[in-house]
Amino acid sequence: MNLDTIVFLVSAVVAVFSATMMISQRNTVASVLYLILSLLAQAVLYIQLSALFLSAVLIIVYAGAIMVLFLFVVMLLNLRGNQDLGDKPSPVSRITKYLVSILLVVELVFIIRGIGFDTGTVGIMTLAADDFGSVAAVARILFTNYLYPFELTGVLLLVAIVGAVVVSKREKSYETPAGSGNMPDDRKKVEI
Amino acid sequence: MLEVILISSIKVIVVVVVLLTGCAYATYMERKVLAFMQNRIGPNYAGPYGLLQPIADAVKLIFKEDVVPDNVERLTYTLAPMISFVPAMLTFAVVPFSSNFTLFGYEITGVISDLNIGILFVFAITSLGVYGILLGGWSAGSKYSLLGGLRASAQMISYELSYGLSIVGVIIIANTLSMVELVEQQSSIGSWFIWKQPLGFLLYITCAVAETNRSPFDLPEAESELVGGYHTEYSSMRFAQFFIGEYGNMLAVSAVATTLFFGGWQGPLLPPVIWFLIKVFCFMFFYIWLRATLPRFRYDQLMNFGWKVLFPLALFNTLLTGLWVLWLGDVLFGG
Amino acid sequence: MLEYLAIIIFIVAGIGIVLFTFCFSRLIRPANPYPEKTINYECAEIPQGHSWIQFNNRFYIFGLIFVIFDVEAVFLFPWAVAFGQLGLYALIEMVIFITILFYGIYYAWRKGALQWV
Repeated sequence: MNLDTIVFLVSAVVAVFSATMMISQRNTVASVLYLILSLLAQAVLYIQLSALFLSAVLIIVYAGAIMVLFLFVVMLLNLRGNQDLGDKPSPVSRITKYLVSILLVVELVFIIRGIGFDTGTVGIMTLAADDFGSVAAVARILFTNYLYPFELTGVLLLVAIVGAVVVSKREKSYETPAGSGNMPDDRKKVEI
Repeated sequence: MLEVILISSIKVIVVVVVLLTGCAYATYMERKVLAFMQNRIGPNYAGPYGLLQPIADAVKLIFKEDVVPDNVERLTYTLAPMISFVPAMLTFAVVPFSSNFTLFGYEITGVISDLNIGILFVFAITSLGVYGILLGGWSAGSKYSLLGGLRASAQMISYELSYGLSIVGVIIIANTLSMVELVEQQSSIGSWFIWKQPLGFLLYITCAVAETNRSPFDLPEAESELVGGYHTEYSSMRFAQFFIGEYGNMLAVSAVATTLFFGGWQGPLLPPVIWFLIKVFCFMFFYIWLRATLPRFRYDQLMNFGWKVLFPLALFNTLLTGLWVLWLGDVLFGG
Repeated sequence: MLEYLAIIIFIVAGIGIVLFTFCFSRLIRPANPYPEKTINYECAEIPQGHSWIQFNNRFYIFGLIFVIFDVEAVFLFPWAVAFGQLGLYALIEMVIFITILFYGIYYAWRKGALQWV
């Protein structure tokens, strides 16, 4: 067993284990932490596939930005560790959950059977260029072949900003709560 | 193979030991310089000129009782200082501290790991630094801690953007992400990137100070309103880990600034490692100088400054550098 | 791959030092907790309620805006690396991209989302 295999096995096991722990945890902050661990392990897997840029993006955007947002949400909603998260699910929703899960498992099995251990994929891998996955290679493709999707990403991000602003505005422009008529008027003016 | 691993391990151990010593003596330097600037003497009991003070501090912290408040989240409370400690050190894995040299017949590179995505690695590690503080503040169960942790994390994510963007100008000029190649391109004082990226450097240093939660951006620890901020409820070794993390971050930011803008280990006469250390500690001095000089920001000022001044400026600097490089290319190579 | 191995060694060393100092100090330090000592610090007052209060949702809004612009920043890195090869073409592309997003930040600014109240 060479070093590559060991690193692969360790990070794959960590990724799957922490993903499972993430789902099964009741403590929401702990499950966010497990998700971060899982993402870091996946970044190692990307490095092994020599997709360096993708692994860096995975850490910067997912582990470093989106997870911070998740933590903010968890802390904002103030979910306690052993709190019950609502009523017992109705039988219909439980059955649909099981059905969808079984479907997903079946689908996964078929996908893995379809591509798994087929030497054809190895052939594709060896065809890749020397600098496959490096930042410069990604940039060359991104800014020539995939130019329009790239610019469309800009538009998508713009829409996301508008969405964020709208969310923030809705939460800011509160109406005076019923029964507390003594809210000073100029307080509303401060809020844009 | 085994030989390579052994050499890397030894290098890692040496760097870590030097780093921890550096952190300890950065605290000594801070107290001494601050005292000098405020017309005091500073630590002077332990050893000559108080030089043994950091060791005395470390011993004291190890022997201190670890007071854990009742309503903490045990797991995150324990993990948080460790999470803030490890990323702080990890930056040094890609910072070149010396040229290649030969020792006992082995050719040794002057960097632990010459990644070809070096700067992205630094950026990624920086983006993970926020967790230790956020979780530490949240899990301690104290209101001061929570407010300090939240403030710190919102501040760090706001300045992280401009921190990343301020580096882009350097990458455009250097055309590489590898830290080793960056240093090699700055072989003389005239070719230091600070001359080509003055605005980028100003942005970098401002964001770096904010990113490490230091004065004048030290709102997370504003002692007049938040007691100790996110580490109010931490004591003993846990507190020490937070502390080393903070100073480690300062050293890391200084080392990256040295590499990106001031030619890294390049310099005449003296050995490269010495040049590297001199430059890094000049930055540390600058940090302390700032602390002694500037008053603290207000929180709304801080956020406005980050989003409405630094971020547009960083974008502007990026485009300006692009234009400049293109124009220069036209002049040099006749279009 | 060896470059990454060195980083893994570094991470292991870092975690090792953290655990070692922590456990070492646990062996030799005193432990003498009593109820008054383990109350949260609140300037000598007895703390009222838990600290997990509902805090200002501004933090969340800034987190959201940060995520969006972080994606933009990540796109700039490969652009900067390949700039030497792609030249003017890449510059124009990036000007368009940044203009689109700059309009976004302008919008957020005008609507007061960047204002810390």
